[in-house]
Amino acid sequence: MNLHSLTAHALLDLFKSGKASGQEAYQDVLGRIKEVDPKVKAYVRMSSHKPDYSGEFPIPIALKDNLCIKGEEITCASRILKGFHSPYDATVVEKVKTSGGTILGIVNMDEFAFGSSCETSCYGPTFNPWNLQCVPGGSSGGSAAAVAADEAIWALGSDTGGSIRQPASFCGIVGLKPTYGRVSRYGLIAFASSLDQIGPLTKDVRDCALLMNIISGHDERDSTSVNTPVPDYTKALINDVRGLKIGISKEAFGEGLDTEVRRSVQDALDLLKKLGAVIKEVSLPHTPYAVATYYIVATAEASSNLARFDGVRYGLRRQPALLRKNALVDMYEETRAAGFGDEAKRRIMLGTYALSSGYYDAYYLRGQKVRTLIKNDLDEVFKGCDVIVTPTSPTVAFKVGEKISDPLSMYLSDIYTITANLGGIPSISIPCGFSKSGLPIGLQLMAKAFNEETLLRVSYTYEQNTEWHTRKPKL
Amino acid sequence: MAHPKTEIMSQFETVIGLEVHLQLNTRSKIFCSCANQYGCPPNTNVCPVCLGLPGTLPVLNHQALLSAIKVGLALNAEINSFIKFDRKNYYYPDLPKGYQISQYDFPVAKDGFLIIKSQSKEKRIGIKRAHLEEDAGKLVHDNAQGCSLVDYNRTGTPLIEIVTEPDLRLPQEAYDYLNTLKLILQYLGISDCDMEKGSLRCDANVSIRPMGQTALGVKTELKNMNSFRAVKLALEYEVRRHEQVIASGGKIVQETLLWNDEKAMTVTMRSKEQAHDYRYFPEPDLVPFTIDKKVIDDVRVQLPELPQAKWVRFLSQYGLSAYDANMLVADAGMADFFEAAVKAYPEAKKIANWMAGPVLKELNERHVSIDQLKLTPQDLVVLIAKVEDGLVSNLAGKDVLTAMLDGGRGAEEVIREKGLAQVSDDSALLMIIDEVIAQNAAVVDQIKSGKPNALGFLVGQAMKKSAGRANPKKLNELITRRITHV
Amino acid sequence: MLLNKALFFPVFDDNILFMSVSREDVRYIAALARMDVPEDKLDGFAKNLADIVHYVEQLQKLDVEGVKPTSHAVPVGNVLRPDVVKPSLTHSQALSVAIEAKDGCFKVPLVIE
Repeated sequence: MNLHSLTAHALLDLFKSGKASGQEAYQDVLGRIKEVDPKVKAYVRMSSHKPDYSGEFPIPIALKDNLCIKGEEITCASRILKGFHSPYDATVVEKVKTSGGTILGIVNMDEFAFGSSCETSCYGPTFNPWNLQCVPGGSSGGSAAAVAADEAIWALGSDTGGSIRQPASFCGIVGLKPTYGRVSRYGLIAFASSLDQIGPLTKDVRDCALLMNIISGHDERDSTSVNTPVPDYTKALINDVRGLKIGISKEAFGEGLDTEVRRSVQDALDLLKKLGAVIKEVSLPHTPYAVATYYIVATAEASSNLARFDGVRYGLRRQPALLRKNALVDMYEETRAAGFGDEAKRRIMLGTYALSSGYYDAYYLRGQKVRTLIKNDLDEVFKGCDVIVTPTSPTVAFKVGEKISDPLSMYLSDIYTITANLGGIPSISIPCGFSKSGLPIGLQLMAKAFNEETLLRVSYTYEQNTEWHTRKPKL
Repeated sequence: MAHPKTEIMSQFETVIGLEVHLQLNTRSKIFCSCANQYGCPPNTNVCPVCLGLPGTLPVLNHQALLSAIKVGLALNAEINSFIKFDRKNYYYPDLPKGYQISQYDFPVAKDGFLIIKSQSKEKRIGIKRAHLEEDAGKLVHDNAQGCSLVDYNRTGTPLIEIVTEPDLRLPQEAYDYLNTLKLILQYLGISDCDMEKGSLRCDANVSIRPMGQTALGVKTELKNMNSFRAVKLALEYEVRRHEQVIASGGKIVQETLLWNDEKAMTVTMRSKEQAHDYRYFPEPDLVPFTIDKKVIDDVRVQLPELPQAKWVRFLSQYGLSAYDANMLVADAGMADFFEAAVKAYPEAKKIANWMAGPVLKELNERHVSIDQLKLTPQDLVVLIAKVEDGLVSNLAGKDVLTAMLDGGRGAEEVIREKGLAQVSDDSALLMIIDEVIAQNAAVVDQIKSGKPNALGFLVGQAMKKSAGRANPKKLNELITRRITHV
Repeated sequence: MLLNKALFFPVFDDNILFMSVSREDVRYIAALARMDVPEDKLDGFAKNLADIVHYVEQLQKLDVEGVKPTSHAVPVGNVLRPDVVKPSLTHSQALSVAIEAKDGCFKVPLVIE
């Protein structure tokens, strides 16, 4: 029986009626992985543990290589963590295990989540199931590709500047970045602590709600985790947007936006209007500064978060052949030179620079202040509307190798997604069309903090009135 | 002609600031739930958080925050109503995250002071700030093997850093400040303040400037002083060094120096990187804290009576001498013991004498503190009463105390067992006295002819005959009567 | 050996846009970040960083007078933990991640103080 191409909710129905078992589902997905992963290359290592199928939701799941799993090698797709076996489970991993989730394996990402294409991974790139010449997006490229290729029923990724939503949009699936603090970060190997969130990548909106139910909630091990009750997100799946106010920011539809993307997004807005939503033009005037703000604040935090990768306690250690400064400093410098890829080095240097003496005020502090301006823009807009809609990405998936030598142009592909991270608000990407070349286009929705339900409702309504989510890549 | 050195010295004023790091005695570490314990085998009190494993996050220990507020209040400081934590970034093997979580611009307390008594004068020393931070691990260097070993048990131990204003003017003042501060901190009960165990550490900043100048001279930072005495010696050495350099036309280089106790000198640190760029920025993994007035008031109400206030009260309430009050206040346990004893037996001076004498001797010989001594205030008071009533001589009483502590028994039991009860019965004593008089006729004559001091000799003889059990006062009385009547 | 930063970073003036990042700047920053950058890579990184720094310079155009910085996206405060000991890792679990260990400790090259 073909179980691998089903959604989690469809599988759960089958489990309930006894027509299939958790074990059968797991085995079937493994079979699919064997069949197509040599082409897609979503997985970096398979789980070394035998799953327990007896739980409530024995859904085969893929986990991004930055989520700590006890007893597994976790590397953030970096040489510097090769050989590191985590002695503890991330909170979300504990929750997945408690819910009965069966872990298939660990999927690829951009090294330390630095990237929008999954090309900076030390394992080499993952390929877009819709077109193997193209990138799946990043940094959760492996998670998105696995779900799109039915190599996992669903997956977890992380989003700091768009790393769940952009790959979801490139791969034609659903990806949600929760409100900051909604999901515990304990066990997520940090990129930018004030921006990171773990979130679901799923085949449809119902699955997204189900997985959100599993991973959300307060964690006393994460000081930034919010202590508010978790609603049943599946209750938000209502096919009705009448009277809902949708804002479209004029800044989002300027130049640089691919024509086909623009058209698909416009069509989506027209449909939502037809279904009863009210569309209004809004302004987020500081949008043009979002990418710059992000690349100061996020890299500054990252440069500090990555200081612990130094060859002292775990992971890689290297010593140069000849003594340079002294054995210890040499070890630090050689380990980090050998262990980090170029993009990681760039970001660490940029972040170090932004925090360095004499530059802190001009860069980091200023960046934090502009962040306030961006938040204020959002607060203002949400006074008059329920969701803000933009394209997820200015383009569809680009070719492997196309942007990798131009870091700045790669950074600009985050232009729509970054705002939600800076504001700490929830944001979802859902499929809303395809380019003529057959590549998926994503629609992004943002809502006020802790309003995932609104996002799910609008997304569900849109999805129920379209069939993008039923299409599968030909592999 | 004035000695050239004296001339130099009188031209310059010394300016000293001290940074004290105090380890708190909370049960768990500052940002994780590992045990906060000294002396365990390496890497046995560690968890993913304090090891700095990837993906881990800090959560602040409530008690650590309360202790920091306590310290701030005890130092007459203002408790900030908004506080936050910051990352201090640098690389060292004992620093697992590659940064230390500390406080930069919004520490728990600021603008405090404490009064020290130095060279018979009172002086106000400003406390610039007190803040919370985490301790690093322990590095042991093995030169022979060419390696260093890291133990992370100590990582994450809560620290309070107390920084003075540069108000100290003499190494002696620095020494007095440290003792005053230590006593206050001991009274608060938040740390064992033991420099040997490393729960109290001190770094010093020192500079000199021409008398009358307000601008500060170039300062050097001194580390690696393992006792208050070492701090004083190091400062004395360094001040002389500053003077010599300047007197010979040189300039002081701002640097960090290590005190070498053996060689009694300060030595430049070999590490080439002197000026760290710590790249401080707000710790994103910890949320900020607002400290309510109510929280501060609750802590204030629970503060114990501090040494200075207790000293003043002891003088007036018990009529003690400054010397006795100093001795009792110098240890919170002693002071409490004293007061409990006085409550049971209202003879403050006598109790103070016993504590300053025999009790203190026992504590020193046994290397314990009063809390560890197997003696309750009631036990002591029973013994003192027996001495005062004449049941035991003062001298014997000290032996009784020793026996009580050795065997963990009460005074009465020991006295009975050792048969130390003084003989005060007249008839028994007279028998001894008559013997002594008979054996020492010459001395008796001396006494009769006007040398009353020789009486002491007879008393001594009688004491010997009674194996020390005779009540000397009684003996004195009876011998005198016997001699004058005969 | 750390280079004196003042020699290689121009004085920052609000009115002057930072023009470029030099090889020496890269060397300095890399040393601060404890990363060795081989000579032949210095120019490449210098150009990358210069492009990005030039791009983020546009933030200087904004008026941020009186604006409070955002350190935390969601207003959470006063998160505290009770002072209770919970079991940690066992000694062998702790050392299981070690690259090199000796006498129950993590071993590194000799640190010179």
